[in-house]
Amino acid sequence: MPVSLSRDGDRHWKRRTSRAEWLRFAGWLALVMLFIFTWRVMTQDTIWAFVLDAPRQAADIGSRMWPPRWSYMSALWKPLWDTINMATLGTLLAVILAVPVAFLTARNTTPSVVFVRPVALLVIVSSRSINALIWALLLVTILGPGVLAGVIAIALRSVGFIAKLLYEAIEEINIEPVEAIRATGASAPQVLAWGIWPQITPAFAGISVFRWDINIREATVLGLVGAGGIGVNLESSMNTLAWPQVTLILIVILATVIVSEWVSAKIRHALL
Amino acid sequence: MLVIDNLTKRYSTGDLAVDNVSLSVPAGQVVGLIGPSGAGKSSLIRCVNRLVEPSGGSIKLNGLDLSRLSRGALGQARRRMGMIFQEYALVDRLTVMENVLSGRLGYVGFWRSYLRRFPQSDIDRAFVVLERVGLLDHIDKRADALSGGQRQRVGIARALVQEPDLLLVDEPTASLDPKTSRQIMRLIVEICAERGLAAIVNIHDVALAQMFVQRIVGLRKGAIVFDGPPDGLTPEALTEIYGAEDWAATISKAQEDDEAETGLPDKTLASA
Amino acid sequence: MSAISRRWTPPPLIANRALRYGVYAGLCLYLLVAFSTIEFNWTRMSEGAARAGNLFAGFLRPDFTSRWDDIEAGLLESLTMTVTSTIVGIILSIPFGIGAARNIAPAPVYAFCRAFIAVARSLQEVIIAIFLVVLFGFGPFAGFLTLAFATIGFLAKLLAEDIEDCDPAPLEAIRATGAGWWQVLAYAILPQVAPRLIGLSLYRVDINFRESAVVGIVGAGGIGATLNTAMDRYEFDSAAAILLIIIGIVLACEYASGFIRAKVQ
Repeated sequence: MPVSLSRDGDRHWKRRTSRAEWLRFAGWLALVMLFIFTWRVMTQDTIWAFVLDAPRQAADIGSRMWPPRWSYMSALWKPLWDTINMATLGTLLAVILAVPVAFLTARNTTPSVVFVRPVALLVIVSSRSINALIWALLLVTILGPGVLAGVIAIALRSVGFIAKLLYEAIEEINIEPVEAIRATGASAPQVLAWGIWPQITPAFAGISVFRWDINIREATVLGLVGAGGIGVNLESSMNTLAWPQVTLILIVILATVIVSEWVSAKIRHALL
Repeated sequence: MLVIDNLTKRYSTGDLAVDNVSLSVPAGQVVGLIGPSGAGKSSLIRCVNRLVEPSGGSIKLNGLDLSRLSRGALGQARRRMGMIFQEYALVDRLTVMENVLSGRLGYVGFWRSYLRRFPQSDIDRAFVVLERVGLLDHIDKRADALSGGQRQRVGIARALVQEPDLLLVDEPTASLDPKTSRQIMRLIVEICAERGLAAIVNIHDVALAQMFVQRIVGLRKGAIVFDGPPDGLTPEALTEIYGAEDWAATISKAQEDDEAETGLPDKTLASA
Repeated sequence: MSAISRRWTPPPLIANRALRYGVYAGLCLYLLVAFSTIEFNWTRMSEGAARAGNLFAGFLRPDFTSRWDDIEAGLLESLTMTVTSTIVGIILSIPFGIGAARNIAPAPVYAFCRAFIAVARSLQEVIIAIFLVVLFGFGPFAGFLTLAFATIGFLAKLLAEDIEDCDPAPLEAIRATGAGWWQVLAYAILPQVAPRLIGLSLYRVDINFRESAVVGIVGAGGIGATLNTAMDRYEFDSAAAILLIIIGIVLACEYASGFIRAKVQ
């Protein structure tokens, strides 16, 4: 926060130096120009007539979507069950895979910072970069449609997420208890199990439950590419333009996500 | 029993932490290690059980050269040395009993220890040391639910349950209030006398060292500049170790505090 | 010292015996039932193994050239969608975030904003994209709206939580000087929440790019459409090329955001 002396001897205070102010201005200007440029590129093929027509379309579809066809609910229980299973089993599989990856990535537990850690980081980035839906697309081509593709898709996506947060937790542990366990003559696996694992258990449980909650939401759409769950019903209902059914499916999805988020928040709160 | 010969430690930053130290500690002797911050006291202690790798010299425990041992043999040798830490180094989420039993990890296999199926003889040992330090009523409490003094006593119990030949004590009282500090020091020294244990106690409080240990070794810039009985610590000797200071005034004030405290029964240990 | 051997076992996780066995039995039962619902179609899977091999081989020799025009077009759409939706999303999430903060927003505004955020967060982006494509037509405009909507849900919720967790002391102090509502916002609240907001916005850029690669599958523009087409045609080497590009850009995003965060801190 600079103070400067002006020519008439008074002291002036400004929040930033002139140079900093110019830089900030230039930064904002660059951002605005970037926005305008990308906007124009993005909307070069946009048919504005459609866009302006949207409110009318929305009203039209809205009237067709309401009221929801409640009787369709009986057909949704099995797909909903499938969706929850995909999320749960997928998260479980991901957890089993992510723990060793996390230990191989953390600077303080990796066998080799130069060779093993970069490979583990690459595994994490690859897993994180590709959404569950894309994984599902690939897996349905290989394994065929069904819940199995969905479970593996969820797992492959979640490994990166869980391993990343877990290895960050491992790197933040308190080194002293680990030293103390080593000093008793314990072997390396024992140091891991007694010195390191108890320190990261709360983080581990919290991360897993958090990812499970996100996976419930992800699992609802995997059916759109054939990987089972309530997404299959959504796809078929939309294809047959059965809008009241679509509304019911959306309500069910909303309710499920809200419940799972509540459950996950409660569990994570209890773990703290 | 412990013979340190020309021990040197140079860190990768270039710091010479331990400079050609030679020291011999017979069984049953408690040595107080004093010196200013950065004098190499912590490094010296950690070089003995190779938590820090020495750069040169040898360390012989009962004739066995620790500096030459392979990883497996080192684990076995560490069982003979109990270490006590400044910040207690307990695994917070484990109970008092589990923390004490972790001292036996060098003697018990991975799966037996992981499933907490320690041999009954180890459990008996744990009960004996817990009774000695006065924590029998707290065995299933989590370590982080205890006070500082109680936690340090768990640390002492963990070191004792190893049935070591040597105690390495790194600033045991630095995180404790003066009254608890004296109780902990008294406990350590009494235990060493009862079991004929040798000990090297790294301590920053000179008055406390003089009160309890039989022999004082003063380090300055990694080299030994004083080695003798506590009453040999004249103001000149202290200046040699720490630099210029009005030592007469500092020491006599500490002695007055202590005289006001003597006469307390040992039962007060349990409430620390 | 007592000469009697005392037994010790570690205290169990759940103290109540009935509850403990109930929970363990319930979990085992669930896992068995859930696992049984998965169909393992072995014939289909052995057929698929050949395709899996092709896909894997595709990764080893990814084909960037034969479909480059499509890839370039899709990539451009994805990147432009990411930039525009993140910027608009950040700008709009500020009013919604402020409106969803219990300690500074009036009750009806709070209720409305919270409901809006809940809907934006609960529905997966792809579902929102489907509807917006129906309303606005195919192409990246629908994708832009989808991601902006999702961004608002994400950032506004976290912003609202941050504002609610704000240290009340500076708020009271600034109010006590007689400052108006806007001034309290600018002087007491903004400085506390701004650093985290910047970090979260950078994180959202990463998420939006990854989502932009997905919404194309339902027609909302971006490289997802190119990927879908490649997969439909079993052109695994082109598909692998697209996936490698996605991974590369996400990596670059991560480095850039780490760099920016270090500079801003």
